[in-house]
Amino acid sequence: MENATIVDKHSNATRPSVETPPELAVQRAGLSTTSVHAGEARRKPSDAITDSICCSSTFTFESTQSIIDYIEQKQDREEYGRYGNPNEKVVERKLAALDGAEEAIIYSSGMAAIVGLLMAKLSSGDEIVIFDQCYHRSREFCSKHLSRFGIVTHQVETGDFHAMDAAINSRTKLLISESPTNPHLSVIDLEQFATLGKSRKVETLIDATLATPYNIRPIEYGVDYVWHSATKYMGGHNDLLAGVICGSKDKLEEVRKLRGILGGINSPHNMYLLERGLKTFALRMERHNENGQRMAEFLEKHPKIEKVFYPGLKSHPSHETAKRTMKGFGGLITFLVRDADWKQTAAIIDACTIPKIAPSLGGVESLIEQPFVMSYFDYSPDDRKRFGIADNMIRMSCGIEDSEDLIADLEQALDV
Amino acid sequence: MKFRTRAIHVGNEPDPATGAVVTPIHLATTFIQPGAGTWGPFDYSRSGSPTRSAVERTLANLEGAAGALAFSSGMAATHCATMLHKSGDHIVAGCDIYGGTFRLLHKICNRSGIEVTLAPADDAAQIQAAMKPNTKMVWIESIGNPLMTIPDIPAIAQIAHRGGSLLGVDSTFAPPAILRPLELGADIVMHSATKYLGGHSDCLAGVLAARDLVIHKELYFIQNATGGVLGALESFLLQRGIKTLEIRMREQCQSALWIAQWLERHPHVKRVLYPGLASHTNHERANKYMGNQFGAMISFEIDGDFAKTKGVCQSTKLFGLAVSLGAVESLIEQPASMSHASYDAQAKAKFGITDSLIRISVGLEDPDDLIADLDQAIRTSH
Repeated sequence: MENATIVDKHSNATRPSVETPPELAVQRAGLSTTSVHAGEARRKPSDAITDSICCSSTFTFESTQSIIDYIEQKQDREEYGRYGNPNEKVVERKLAALDGAEEAIIYSSGMAAIVGLLMAKLSSGDEIVIFDQCYHRSREFCSKHLSRFGIVTHQVETGDFHAMDAAINSRTKLLISESPTNPHLSVIDLEQFATLGKSRKVETLIDATLATPYNIRPIEYGVDYVWHSATKYMGGHNDLLAGVICGSKDKLEEVRKLRGILGGINSPHNMYLLERGLKTFALRMERHNENGQRMAEFLEKHPKIEKVFYPGLKSHPSHETAKRTMKGFGGLITFLVRDADWKQTAAIIDACTIPKIAPSLGGVESLIEQPFVMSYFDYSPDDRKRFGIADNMIRMSCGIEDSEDLIADLEQALDV
Repeated sequence: MKFRTRAIHVGNEPDPATGAVVTPIHLATTFIQPGAGTWGPFDYSRSGSPTRSAVERTLANLEGAAGALAFSSGMAATHCATMLHKSGDHIVAGCDIYGGTFRLLHKICNRSGIEVTLAPADDAAQIQAAMKPNTKMVWIESIGNPLMTIPDIPAIAQIAHRGGSLLGVDSTFAPPAILRPLELGADIVMHSATKYLGGHSDCLAGVLAARDLVIHKELYFIQNATGGVLGALESFLLQRGIKTLEIRMREQCQSALWIAQWLERHPHVKRVLYPGLASHTNHERANKYMGNQFGAMISFEIDGDFAKTKGVCQSTKLFGLAVSLGAVESLIEQPASMSHASYDAQAKAKFGITDSLIRISVGLEDPDDLIADLDQAIRTSH
């Protein structure tokens, strides 16, 4: 159990505290064991097996002296809900263990997480370089909002490390990429990415939302920060919003302080659901990977499909990199319908009976959408072309249903 | 559609009001009606609420039932089933039934003049012998506790029906992903949904699912009249848990089989009771009704006395020392001092609850980690 700890349950602790990090007996364990146990105190208040939901907005001190002790001795305890809560801390430890990171900071959404990091790390005059295939809201925040604070964003073609290298100058503070990217599922050579950052003395960040720590662990390659929208596979049940940034304690100290000021923390209720969702994380990922691979193979053989973007397919340009860096290839698949305009493409989506039409991904329920309609409807045809969003493109998030059912459903929808 | 797909989608239709992909948690206790004397689908939440009704539809579908009802606990569900009967009726129950059911039958049902006879559920002939003209219900568990005996459900269903009695099966140890008693002839299936169905050790819940609509309606009448219903938050958590039921069971059963096989080879283990092992008395029957998934509960005896056995249970670092079962976290207990402590020496001897018996519930952790933990615990105590 990497970075996770197991405490002897028969220790003498008489008043276990939720915020006391687990001690002792650090041992390496499988990912499923980590998902179930990491970050949790072995012995919890009331000896309950699950963490209680602690809704307190503020936390009491025994006396004035204990406040002074807290400040002077920098004790690790709760103070006010905006700075942290016990439920969030448990999940932070669990997520850090899963990613093999020293520290994780949780936010109220994936976007709150990246904004929290960027606001903490960048100042006016700084520059960032980003690979151009990415979640359209990340791109929008960098190009429309960071620019208002005098921060320059350079977009370079995904995977073009020469272009990225060339875009770096003395003001560059951060290199950003997704892996795999959304919606084209391009996989980044993490070693090359981390090496470029290190050689140019620029920090690196990977958005690993689509991969999750089950499939890639960028920290092990030397990437500085890993970002996830935990709303997706980590929560896994389409019922909570959360974001997380993982990295070293040192590098995240300022980020955590800023979160306390900006307030994008998550709630105890959500954190309980996230913790609960993570218990089946490894299990669900195994199934998402399997369903994704099977569906991609089915689609690729289908005469009505022009092209499938899935890193688990030999035909995908990133297949070799994916095989080298990923354990599995996830549940998200993007594909193009042969000779179809956007309305004919929409008709296929509307004919599906199992995947539901909705944005988002990574939950147990399969979801399906047409990026042109869902995310890029207001964009000009030129911009859509620039971002590779074709009218006949469908993005499907394979849930954990039986793959036979999902394939049969797509088969009938394609026949309509 | 297959089981896993239905577990995710049936009863989880997008919310008509908002399009939400997950059933909302409706905490409302009462609902505005279209007119005086005209009733909407829900009126007062004891009688039904949208969140509970959603998970009830999921459960009915998974069990192949005419209807399912969600209760505030497994015992509330079992109690509801016993309330189908009246003074002068007789119930035949398996002799290794859950202690809570034993208590209900002998200390509560007897107050209403209901008579009870116990017989070993894995021996249909003895169930037959216990039947009386006034027997109205046979109540068995699909996997006996803690010896993991397996009853012949179709044979017992025949016996019950021939005697004009219902067959109720507590299938808590074998959720519908691995066994569906209604398909084997049972009339009512009961679950402590606190276990595998909820699966995360965080909601107390019970279920009754009936094969026949008339029985379902009668059970609903009793549930509504007596009120042991499941709350909206628990209904939500239960439904969330059911979405991963099939994959959890698949994994936990596989891990349990590996662990049972490993235990069988362990020098300090005398005997392993797991229906998935060829050495288990009911292995073939288990194989016939459950395929290759035999649940995730294992009992085993070590070569040690009461104190040594207690020592093993207290020395694990991953397995939590607790009763209950079926969740993602693995648990360990000593039946003689914990789940079956209330049995006297004679009863312990009769039902095979020896001092050296250990019961484990295999969770979702990596089986290698669990085996390493059991090994160190057994060796520490020897």
